[in-house]
Amino acid sequence: MSEPITPEIFNHLVELAALELTPAEADYLRKQLNNQLTAIDDLNQVPLDPQTPVASRGVSYTPATSALLRADECHPHPDPAKLLKGAPETDQGYLVVPEIPHQDL
Amino acid sequence: MKLYELTALEIADKVKSHQLSAAEVLESHLSQIEAVDGIPGALNGDPAAEPHKVHAFITRTAARARAQAQAVDAKIAAGQNPGPLAGVPITVKDIFCVEDTLSTAASKILANFSAPYTATAVGRMEQAGALVLGKVNLDEFTYGSSNESSAFQPAPRNPWDTSRVPGGSSGGSAASVAAYEAPLSLGTDTAGSIRQPAAFCGVVGLKPTYGRVSRYGLIAFGSSLDCPGPLARNVRDAALMLNVIAGADPRDATAATVPVPDYVAELEKGVRGLKIGLSPEYFQITYFHEESGGLETQPVPAVMKNAVLDAAQRLAELGAEIVENVPMPHTRYGIPAYFVISRVEAASNLHRFDGVKYGYRAQSGISDLRSMYRKTRAEAFGLQPKLRILMGMYVSAAQYSEQYYNRALRVRSLLRRDFDEAFAKVDLLLTPTTPTSAFPIGGLYGDSVLMQYADQLTVPSNHAGIPAISIPAGLDADGLPIGIQLLGPDFSEDLILRASRAYEQASASQPWRTVRPAALARASL
Repeated sequence: MSEPITPEIFNHLVELAALELTPAEADYLRKQLNNQLTAIDDLNQVPLDPQTPVASRGVSYTPATSALLRADECHPHPDPAKLLKGAPETDQGYLVVPEIPHQDL
Repeated sequence: MKLYELTALEIADKVKSHQLSAAEVLESHLSQIEAVDGIPGALNGDPAAEPHKVHAFITRTAARARAQAQAVDAKIAAGQNPGPLAGVPITVKDIFCVEDTLSTAASKILANFSAPYTATAVGRMEQAGALVLGKVNLDEFTYGSSNESSAFQPAPRNPWDTSRVPGGSSGGSAASVAAYEAPLSLGTDTAGSIRQPAAFCGVVGLKPTYGRVSRYGLIAFGSSLDCPGPLARNVRDAALMLNVIAGADPRDATAATVPVPDYVAELEKGVRGLKIGLSPEYFQITYFHEESGGLETQPVPAVMKNAVLDAAQRLAELGAEIVENVPMPHTRYGIPAYFVISRVEAASNLHRFDGVKYGYRAQSGISDLRSMYRKTRAEAFGLQPKLRILMGMYVSAAQYSEQYYNRALRVRSLLRRDFDEAFAKVDLLLTPTTPTSAFPIGGLYGDSVLMQYADQLTVPSNHAGIPAISIPAGLDADGLPIGIQLLGPDFSEDLILRASRAYEQASASQPWRTVRPAALARASL
């Protein structure tokens, strides 16, 4: 079976996806991805007229079926402390994160 | 009859007419959960624990339900109407946010996430008098068709045979309804995730039209595909629940402003004069054969086909016109297109889980922000989210997106066109829901391709956005439920429910209707 997703491409994807994998996970996932691509290749059997549009969703929205957009107004959250309660680390209402990689100018 | 055996409509009627209190209805359902469910799923839990129990739940919220029951009973005592779901216990798939309740998506990355707000669909049910029994298990982030990928183990088991999967991803929803733990559950359907578990567990599951029910407060998977919807033990209860959850929502711009009919009032109008189509493409499955590396096509098992033909016959006797050989030529491409579209949307939606604002954060080996992202996501996402992120990034990458993503979106147009052309000729389509009945736990898990093909007959309607229902239609030779599916044009839920109700009544005296799931019999020994 062909393997369009080589170890090199795979490692690049892992980096882009902000993941780290064990060797066993990497082996399994790369194999599954290549299997899925074989299934996806079935789409090449579909004769596509150049006029066939893309469909980003199935149901069409018309003005009659769509809600009007809300006014673009800022409303304060009633309880910001409640939102922050779930954060892993906060300090005086701020989210705390590890050092952000940067270069001195 | 035990109180937990009542339908949702019966409960609401009896509570509103002072024949029952919401409190006693609730206690009966809590006892049933105690009898059949066993331990809830937990991080690092033993998948093999209590193998004869159902394990539908992740989080039980008995205290919340008791407070809600008290409020319903107080309203009744004060002469007020608590709403159409007065005193009706419900379960909620743990992919919906419920305020001050753990909302985990069955993932370690959200295991400690207490939602700061409530999803619209859940809020509407609570406003209508429903009692929330708890959050039920699912495949991690809904990514699966068996519930085995949940980070919270033991995962739900099929109440009809606890060595088998309940289906997925709304497996906890279907199992809890089938096991009489609740008459109603709120699930979601992205490729069949309401209908497939409904078929596997012998209950009714409705995927509404995309936009019929608000997605506000639903933890997103495929944003152009996700549909919240009801699971129930009968068609009337599903209609009752849809009445409550459907409709526009200022918090979700994709919730359509189409008027909501009274689905219950429409139910008894019958099928006389309706044209119901059968399609040859829905009597076969095409699947990926790993050894040959190619695709193979097989007819669906005879028991599935015969259930559809039997239903067609019954509906014809009620005055429907059956139209055979409705062509649906692109059906087989639903899964490959889904492999592309859903992964791109999933990868996009999963980028928000980074250990900064909520949820899990890795604690050791962190040198800077980037390594925190990587370690957090590596430690707390299971294999299925990782697989979907990687595929989504690959097929949408600049150099591949024309070949994969754009092509899949154009094939989606053709899948939609199949339905548009079919519904120009017929009112509804009648098909099997699944290519098999519930498979054994461990039977497919690990093979992500074969697992996905379990959704082959349900996923085309997600691409097209149209509504579809699975209703029970018998038992196979192993005594496992099988489901049939009715599909209709956009916003035709009233028609789908009517035809489903007609079939339900026409098959009411069938012997299989009296058979109960084995897990119930075992609990009453």
